[in-house]
Parts: sequence; C-alpha cells; structure tokens
Amino acid sequence: MNASRIVHHRLFWPVVALVALILINTISRPTFLSITVKEGGLYGSLIDILRNSSQLMLVALGMTLVIATRGIDLSVGAVLAVAGAVSLTFIGGSSHPGDLGTVTIAVLLGLAVTLVLGAWNGFLVSVIKIQPIIATLLLMFAGRGIAMLITKGQITTINSPPYAQFASGHLLGLPVAFLVALAVTVLVAVVVRRSALGMLMEAVGVNPEASRLAGVQARGIIWIVYALSGLLAGMSGILYSSNIMAADANNAGLNIELDAILAVVIGGTSLAGGRFSIAGTVVGVLIIQTLTTSITFLGIPPAITPVFKAIVVIAICLTQSQRVRAAIGSRHRRTRQTPTAGGLGTESPIEAEKAATA
Amino acid sequence: MSVAPVLEATGLTVRYPGQLALDGVDLRLFPGEVHSLIGENGAGKSTLIKALTGAVIPDAGTLRLDGAEVSFGSPGAAAAAGIAVVYQELDLLPNLSVAENIMLGREPHRFGSIDWRRTREEAVAALAALDIFIDPASPLQQHPAAVQQLVAIARAVRTQPRVLILDEPTSSLDQSEVTELFRVIRTLKEAGVAIVFITHFLEQVYEVSDRLTVLRGGRLVGEYLTREILQAELVGKMLGRHVESLDEFELRQSEPDDRQPVFLEARGLGRDGVVAPFDLRVREGEVLGLAGLLGSGRTELARLISGVDRHGSGRLTVEGAELRPGAMRAAIARGVVYSAEDRRYGGIIEDLSIEDNILLALQAQRGWMRRASAARRRELAQSWIEALGIVPADPQLRAGALSGGNQQKVLLARWLAVAPRLLILDEPTRGIDIGAKVELQRLMLSLAQEGMAVVFISGELEELLRVSDRIGVMRERRLVGVLENDALSYEDVLALIARSSRGDDDE
Amino acid sequence: MSAESPVQSAGFRGIQTGPVLRRVNAWLPVIATVAILLLMLLAGQLYFGDFVTPRLVSSLFDNNPYLIVLAVGMTFVILTGGIDLSVGSVIAFSGLLGAQLFAAGLPAVVVLPLMVLSGTLIGAVIGIMVAVFDIQPFIASLAGMFLARGLAYVTSLKSLPIKNDGLNWLLGTSWGGGQWYTTPGVVLALLLVALAFWVLHYTRFGRTVYAIGGNEQSARLMGLPVGRTKFLIYVISGTGAGIAGVLFASYTQSGNPLAGLGMELQAIAAVVIGGTILSGGSGYVLGSLAGVLVYGLIQIAITYMSVDSWWTYIVIGVLLLVFVVFQRALSARRRG
Repeated sequence: MNASRIVHHRLFWPVVALVALILINTISRPTFLSITVKEGGLYGSLIDILRNSSQLMLVALGMTLVIATRGIDLSVGAVLAVAGAVSLTFIGGSSHPGDLGTVTIAVLLGLAVTLVLGAWNGFLVSVIKIQPIIATLLLMFAGRGIAMLITKGQITTINSPPYAQFASGHLLGLPVAFLVALAVTVLVAVVVRRSALGMLMEAVGVNPEASRLAGVQARGIIWIVYALSGLLAGMSGILYSSNIMAADANNAGLNIELDAILAVVIGGTSLAGGRFSIAGTVVGVLIIQTLTTSITFLGIPPAITPVFKAIVVIAICLTQSQRVRAAIGSRHRRTRQTPTAGGLGTESPIEAEKAATA
Repeated sequence: MSVAPVLEATGLTVRYPGQLALDGVDLRLFPGEVHSLIGENGAGKSTLIKALTGAVIPDAGTLRLDGAEVSFGSPGAAAAAGIAVVYQELDLLPNLSVAENIMLGREPHRFGSIDWRRTREEAVAALAALDIFIDPASPLQQHPAAVQQLVAIARAVRTQPRVLILDEPTSSLDQSEVTELFRVIRTLKEAGVAIVFITHFLEQVYEVSDRLTVLRGGRLVGEYLTREILQAELVGKMLGRHVESLDEFELRQSEPDDRQPVFLEARGLGRDGVVAPFDLRVREGEVLGLAGLLGSGRTELARLISGVDRHGSGRLTVEGAELRPGAMRAAIARGVVYSAEDRRYGGIIEDLSIEDNILLALQAQRGWMRRASAARRRELAQSWIEALGIVPADPQLRAGALSGGNQQKVLLARWLAVAPRLLILDEPTRGIDIGAKVELQRLMLSLAQEGMAVVFISGELEELLRVSDRIGVMRERRLVGVLENDALSYEDVLALIARSSRGDDDE
Repeated sequence: MSAESPVQSAGFRGIQTGPVLRRVNAWLPVIATVAILLLMLLAGQLYFGDFVTPRLVSSLFDNNPYLIVLAVGMTFVILTGGIDLSVGSVIAFSGLLGAQLFAAGLPAVVVLPLMVLSGTLIGAVIGIMVAVFDIQPFIASLAGMFLARGLAYVTSLKSLPIKNDGLNWLLGTSWGGGQWYTTPGVVLALLLVALAFWVLHYTRFGRTVYAIGGNEQSARLMGLPVGRTKFLIYVISGTGAGIAGVLFASYTQSGNPLAGLGMELQAIAAVVIGGTILSGGSGYVLGSLAGVLVYGLIQIAITYMSVDSWWTYIVIGVLLLVFVVFQRALSARRRG
C-alpha cells in the first residue's frame, strides 16, 4: 500500500530519472560523487551542479507560479539580461566599483528594474487581457534591446570583488549562488504556501470563472505572479553577470525561458495551469542541470545537449498525452466518445456534469 | 396524418456512468411536420438528439428510417442518412465568409482551384431557397446571431436532409428575428422536411409546431398534438409531480413575518435584454423561492441582486446602503453571496481539495496575505464536512472526485464559511439524489430559522412550495409576481408561470 | 410564403456593405502594415533626402529572402492558432547538413533537396506530436527546436565553409540592370509567397487552415480533415525552414551551428506585424511579406540613421505592442 503510494506520487518518476542520471555518471566515473575541500569551499561535480543550477532555478521558480495561473512568461531571458546590464553599468560607472555600498545599490537597482518589467507583463495580461504568450513575447523582443541600450552594445566588464562573490564565492563551504537560489526558493515556497497566494493562484489557474464567483481577485494575483517572475529573472541575471563579470546583453539568459518551462513541466506542473509543485520544479531543474553536466562529464560534446533535451521533452509529452494514456489505460469504456458529444449539445454541461458526478 | 414517420425511435435508452440519461424514450417524426421536443434541464432532450444523430450510441432501443432499422455509428453516418442538426452553439466559422460557411468542404473546383464565383452563386442559391438575401462574401461575424443561425440552417439544408433538428435556435433572437426564422421553418416544412424544434419558449412551441413530445428526467411523458394540449397542462407535464417520501419532513410553518427587517431591496433593478426592471425585498430569516421555466430569467435576476452581473437600471440596497452595479466583492463583504447554477463551470474547483474549496471564498475575502492558519483551516473544513455530512469526509480529497450532491454541499460550505446574511442558491438541488436534496432543503430551513435570508431557485415547484415563505414567479425575463406561501397551491403557481404572455402582465 | 418574404426578410439582408468596403475591413491589419511601410519610406525620404532609391527597394528584398520564406511557413502555422519555434534551429541543421554533404563531394541537385527535406522531417516530427498526440504546439515545436539545434551540433560542432556554384548561384547571381536588381533566391521566395497565397485562398486545404484557426471544434463538426491539416502545416513550416536554410547557407557561404538563432522570433514578429492574429483564423500571407519588409526597412533605417543596431529590437517590440493592442481592440469591437 505504502509502496504504491510512493510510486503514484507525482514526483516519483522525475526523482527516479534524477537518481538514474547520477548513477550513470557514478558508474562511468566514480569521481563524480567525490567532494573535495579547497580554500574553505567545497568542490566537485555535485557542487558544480548545485551552483550551475541556481540561475535556472530562480527563473524556473517564477515560471512555475506563472504557469500555475495558466500563463507563460517568455520574457525571462531578456529580463535577466536587463538586470545584469543595469547592475553592471551602474557599478562600471561608479567611482568605487569594489565598494559594498555600490554593489548593494547596483543589485537593488537591477532588481527594481526587473520588477517593473515583470509588472508590465502582468499589466498586459491582467488588465489589457492580452494572451500571456503574446504579452511576454513583446518584452522578449524589446528586453534585449533595452539591455543593449543600457550597455550601449558593449559587453561591459567590471572588476568588483564583492559582486563576483555572488557567483564564485563560498559561504559555509557552499557556493553563494546556490545559497541564494536555495534561500529564495525556500522563501518563495514558504510565502506562497504559508500565505493564501498559492491556493488562490491554483484556483484561478484551474477555474477562472468559479474563482471570480467566489470573490477571488484574479487581476491582483496575476499581476503579483508576473512581477515576481520578473524579479526572480532579475536575481538570476545578477548571478549570471557575476559569473562572467560582464553584462552580455546578447547572450545572457538566451533560451533560459525554454529550459525553465521544461523544468516546470518535468516537475509535474501542467502547462494548462492549476496545481503546481515547487519541489517538482527543483527536481526538474536538477535533472536538466545534471543532464548538462553529465554530458560534459561523460565526454560528449556539450553542444549536443539539445538532442537529449528534445528526447526528454518528447518522452514527457508522450506520457502526458491523453491519447497515449488512453491507449495504455482502459480501452473498453465506450463512454469515452462523449467528450466530442459533450462539446456539442445545448444541455450538455448539465448532462455531462450529471454523468461525471452521479 | 396517415403518413408514415420518416424517423421513428422506440425505447431509446442511454446510460452514462452512474446515470440513466434516457430511459426507453419513443419519438416519431413525420415529413412536413414541426415537432417540438420539450423538457426542463436534464430531461434528456440533448441526449435524445445525440442518440438520433450518432453522437451517442444508445444502449437499447431501435431507430427506423423509412421503416427500415438503422443504427448510426457516428455523426457522419447520420448526416449521410439525411439527418442534419443545427446546434445552439453554432458550429460555424465566424472568421470566414457566409458563402464559405455554407459551402466549406463541398466547394466546386475548377482547374484545381476553388471556383469562388460558383461557390458564391451556389451559396446565394442556398440562401435564396430560404428567402434570405445577404452578401455571400461578407464575413459571418459581421452578421447578427439570427443571420448566423439562418446561415447554419442554409448549410444544413444544402444537403437536402430528411430530418432537420434545430436545437434552441431562438434562444438569442429577438422577436422579429424569430418571426423570420419561423418563416424559414415553414418553408422547409412545406418542402416535406421533418423538423425537430427545441426551445424553452412555450409561446414559440404553440406558434410553430404541429406535434410535441415531452420528456422529464430522461423518460417520455407523452406525445401530443400541439393544438390539443393547453399550455397550463403542458407546463404541468414538464414540471411533473415528484413523489418524494418526505413523511418525516416538517413543512415550512409559514408565518408571514413583516416584522422582520428588510435585508436587501431592489427598486427598478434591471438590465436591458436580460431582466425587465423589478422591485423585490428580501427579509431576514425568510426563504424566498424563485420559480419559472428555464430561460425565464431566474438566474439572471439572482446574478443582478448578488452583484455578479452589473445592473443597468434601478437601485440595489443592502440594509439601506446602496451597492454599486457589479460590485460583487462588496456584496460578499456585506453578506450577499451567490452560489452558481453550473457547479462545474462556476462553482467547484475540481483540482483543488475539499478543504481548499471550502475555504476559497473566505480566503478571497481575507486577501491572499492573511491566510487562515493550518489548524483553523482544518478545523473549519472538518466542521463543515461534519455539519453538512460531506462524504467521503476527507478534507484533502480532490473535490472533483465527489458526487454532485457532495459537491453542492462543499459549495454551500464555502459560502456558509463566510457567514452570509443572504444566501442565494441557484438550482442547488439539480442533479443530486433525493436524500441529498432533502438534506439541503432542511438545511435551508434551519439557516432561515437562525435569521439568514435565503433565495432559492429551483425548477421543481413542489420543492419551492415546501421550503419557501414567499415565491417569486419569473416569466419571460420578468418578475411577474411574488406570492405569499400560505395555502398556496401547486396550481396557483403553475397558473402564473404558464400564463400566456398575450394576456396582461400586471400582477 | 415567399410572396410576402421580400418585405419580411428586409431585416435579414444583414449589413449590406459594398464589396470594396467589405474587403477593406478584412484587410485592415494588412493595409495598416503597408501604410506603416509607406510612411516609413516617406519619412526616410523626407529625412535623408535620397532614401527611396531602386537600390533600397532591391536590397529590401535581397537582405531577407530566408526570412520571407520562414514567415510564409509561419503564417500557415499561426493561422491555425499554432506556433513553430523550431524554424531557426532548422536553418542551422539544414545548413550544416548541406556543408557536410557538399564536402563529401555530392552535387547540388542531390544536396539541396536533402537540405530541404531535413526541415520537412523536423516539421513532420512536430506535426505528429501536435496532430496525433495532441501536444501543445509550443511544447512540441520546442522539442523540435532542441532536436534540430542538437542535430546541427551533431553534424558539426563548428562553422563549415561551403564552396558550391549551385548554392552560390541562388543569392550570388544578380539579375537586372543598374540599381534595380534581384537574385534567384528572392525570386524563389516571392514565388513561394504566391504559391502560399494560392494554397491558402484557392484550395480546400487552405480554407481548412483558416477554419481550424476560426474554431477547431466547428471545423471538425463540418467534417473537415482537421488532424491531417494540422500535421501538414507543420510539414509545410518545416519545409519552408529547410528552404530558408538553403538560402541562408547561400547567403553566408557556410553552415553554422549557431545560424538562425532567434530567427523563429523574427519570423513570428513579421507575421504578427503583417496582421495575422496569433490566436489564429485571421491574416494573410501577403501581410506577412509586408511584415518582413517592415522588419527589413527598420534594419536599413537604423543603419542609415547610424544609431545602434539594438534599436531594431526596441522598435520591433514597440511595433508589436501597437499591433497586438490594435488587434485586441479590433476583436473586442467585433465581439461587442
């Protein structure tokens, strides 16, 4: 009974996939699991995975919330680039780039701008009522232009030790980037689940009309979610720019929106909105990052990674496809044809309802 | 009529999981005759049509076309046999032209290209056969619903069907448009087509149909010649008398209680084309029943007084203070709550747990930042589950997995959790079993006893009579009267519901 | 009955717009795009003095023939309410495949069709996922995008030069005299636009594309082959991407695993600017052509004004916003 419960948990297969990936790596090169201590910091493949996954984690976290409300945010990559551009341009322009105060202001400035960009997306979706995919497509385009406008098209490089700490520093032996991602993830998870935001988001995502009738203010909820997605992409941008110590408006966060969506879907959150799982997204991010790391680790050219991602996407989609499920599952239920019929009729909502509930 | 029926169904039975949607129903359709199919929601009209057109395969019963037994495995097969349907939700393409909507899939070709000139000509001819003259190249979405309806009929008629089924074609049409539609129906009738006409408007049944079949609860009530059945009699057959074993059920002790303070008052409240302006007072501690046929404006009235829809005219006050049009959240804050008619679309959030569903309105009221504590949530959910007897009593269970009656109770719990002063229940008892029904009725009474005002919409008159202090009667989007429920009889209310609109409306 | 009908049916003559006005209404978004194009040309002429020259007009087409082809394929997809994110990656795959095959010494008559077919294949994979397994186009074409980009890298990890006269001929040949010129590649792209127009407006398949975008359920009820059509539009889009890959390879004289990065977005932007609604059912392939030209003109104007190239993104973004809000207002008016 208990075993079947575990198997049916929606994170069962993703976790199995993650463990399998780690096993494959360990078998092929046992050093995969080894962790060494150098200059007060931990090093090793697993630590690399944790550090490298932090950028995607932050973006995927925001994406999870957006998708839960039946939305999508394509602009995160561009927003990420803007954050780096703003922060680094500020630091580059200041007289004390190594000053902690300068760095603090730079980070806050970067995050403030991305919060505004996220709120803009939220405005288009919740007030103007433009389809999320189109609304965020606009910023996906213009965002990179804005980032380049800020950096004047240069790849601004800076020298600011405190800023570099985000990506390369260690705290308590762990990479700072990982700790940032961990802290933010826990914070968001706690806020979303301890407040009623998570429940209301799900309600809006599953059934917008019923939520409205129950008095839920979907507009505010959706607005918050997109603003948060922008802010999280901004944090990711700070980590990215800290990693290379340069604001690269062209390549920062390129295609990260796709990886983030992928991570969310792997984690079991449906693109159709509704129930979401932050833990699932964490697993999804780790799978993608482990996959990427393994490929390098196993000596496959990293550029080929997309092929494996494609296989993962197709496999997941097929397991979620109704058609495949129907083929595997019960084939005998003649009433399966009522979906078509249910869509037609006049009284069908009622009769279908009866059929489903009685 | 000594003519043989074109299509004859006998003993049609359709079972959905856990429900008998159609129980041995007969139907005879004669050429050149308009046949109305009549029944309230859930009577089985829709299922019957699906069974006739191959959208659903009946579990039992036979279909005869021109006397020969047939069975349709798909809508395509029925269409090929000459049975055409025009659905209420038009299966048309608003982005394409009128001509294309008629001809799509059957366009004449020339040198491998669609011959647009001939396509338009044939479309014009199809429309002209119905005496309709509109520009065939104009986009369909430019035209009002009525014209779209006629275009759909033109498309159906082009296949020269033997049987044409019109599913609520008039629901969105105004009077002159209905007249036009009827002219088309008569044209087709003269051409010998057997027409099935489904509508909720009894006036129209009398105006256009020759014969009618009444269904109720998936069963056949009877087939009648329209000219031989009186309207009041017909309404009685539609609504029926539900024999329920309610011996231990104490009847509402109606005490016309004018001393109770007025909680909600509507003055001249209305909205163009939805509900005619009406006056209504709801007092604390009373159950106000709302009666009327489907489409009479019951739901629309409820949605206006609860602020769910914006009113266009008049004033709505709660305890003397005015509510702005469409101020639903303000209304909820003042204790006016509306539990929607369609549980699935407007009520239950299927993917969320019972607990989340129960707490949704309360939480929406508190705002997302002030979440009820886990302990409080559990306690609230648990207490409502117990109080209303929701089964299974697992607060973490997916609400979509519950039966209709239990979903209804969850919805009720959602609203009771915000401690409402006026509870508006739109058909809460539809589609749930008799036991749950009785429980709900008893609950309404005890709530009222505690001082809550309840507005109760139901399609079942007896139920209304049993529970209500007063009964408001709706007819044709108009509140035609509010009757005190003392010594009020079934027939009294029926008479008011069924009264022909040709008579005077003043009550 | 019919004797009295003319009077009775007076109300049923509907909105009697004249044929001209009627067409104007449907083509409004495209006309708006063309108007913007002309306004930009006019503004350029007034601002720079010597802007609108035969040379400019020629280069407007010559700069982006591959984008025209992509936009044509994307128009089919978007008209059904779908999206195809894979086309940019297909350009890289197709180009590198061609480079490897040329390097192996195969002639152009063999290589070029294979390059095109590589796109067809990716499109077919996406089409099966969408049409058979009901996977959302966004996700299905995302898989196609990963697949094509990955296969490009499998084919070669670095850029490969192509030296082939046949391929070179496509964009290397200049037809015409003086400042008016064009290339076989541009002619091919415009022929594809014409072919697409014919298919969309004069075949049942094309009308089914519009029908699916209008209302898929209705299209099914009308007995139209919805599944087959959905499959085919992704095949068309993929094939278009394959052709665009050939043109791009001819343009750059190489295959590059990074080729076409983000080009799917440019194609989508051109289609939307051209007046096609992303939710499907409304739009014209000629509008998409105009959209590509607007896109190209913005690029040229920005070079002319010697402001920095990133303004292209911002201007395109703003233009997209204007169009999306414009379409939203139009659809709100139609419904209201």
